[in-house]
Amino acid sequence: MIDRIAFGVVALLLLLSALRVVTSKNLVHSVLWLGLTLVTTAGAYLLLSAPFIASIQILLYTGGVITLMLFGVMLTRRGEDIAIPNESSEGGRALILSLATFGLFTGAVLKTPLPQEAPPFTGSTAELGREILGPNLMAFEVLSVLLLAAMVGAIVIARRRDPGSQRPSLGLRIEAEAKSQEGKS
Amino acid sequence: MEFAIGIYLALASALFGIGAIGFLLRRNALIQLMSIELMLNAVNVLLVAFNRVHPENMAGQVFAFFVIAIAAAEAAVGLAIVISLFRLKQTVETDSADELRY
Repeated sequence: MIDRIAFGVVALLLLLSALRVVTSKNLVHSVLWLGLTLVTTAGAYLLLSAPFIASIQILLYTGGVITLMLFGVMLTRRGEDIAIPNESSEGGRALILSLATFGLFTGAVLKTPLPQEAPPFTGSTAELGREILGPNLMAFEVLSVLLLAAMVGAIVIARRRDPGSQRPSLGLRIEAEAKSQEGKS
Repeated sequence: MEFAIGIYLALASALFGIGAIGFLLRRNALIQLMSIELMLNAVNVLLVAFNRVHPENMAGQVFAFFVIAIAAAEAAVGLAIVISLFRLKQTVETDSADELRY
């Protein structure tokens, strides 16, 4: 009974805050509502007995992604116009498409025979760690390379390219140095 | 032990639907990024819920772990692209990104 109530609270908060993310006129409010959504998702993970996933959800999403998003909002706004219009010429079609997707999912869920019981949960964070670093070690290592590539890529893309201060390429610099050496000798 | 996975599936589909509406309706690149995060979150809820029903090898939680890590990488690169777009066009409306060469 108590888990039903907890699920109700989590689901209500989750859907409400997710809706506010999408409908807020103010970008900063959107980001803060997204923060609430992500924290509430961690609550849902706790209800599903996944404490490790819940904790990395808090650490990575609320700690990292929300901060990043706030930075993004602050860096890309011009004075007064953070209240952005919420209009689209394709609004009707987008709404129909999204509702159709939701209907499709719901139909599939309702048609599939679902288990009504769950075995008592035996998993632990230790078991999860053995699973990640055992059979999934390769994927884990590839993931670390991906994160490195994403980091380097983000820096390269977001770096300010100031044409005035651009240094000549390495080849040109070596040539110029060789010429100056020649001039000295 | 009684456990109704159906309500979690319904919750995840609703969350995914909200994310999809946000992605399609809003023209602001940052809101669209946030909508993508919402959709990824919905899928994570599904994965963890199914892991609860089949807890033999923790595959669902392992997948959720990988999805969270990749979502973080995606957010970083996505924001870099948005900031780069803002530098070029002084706006983050996706409708403004309509030229192949600038």
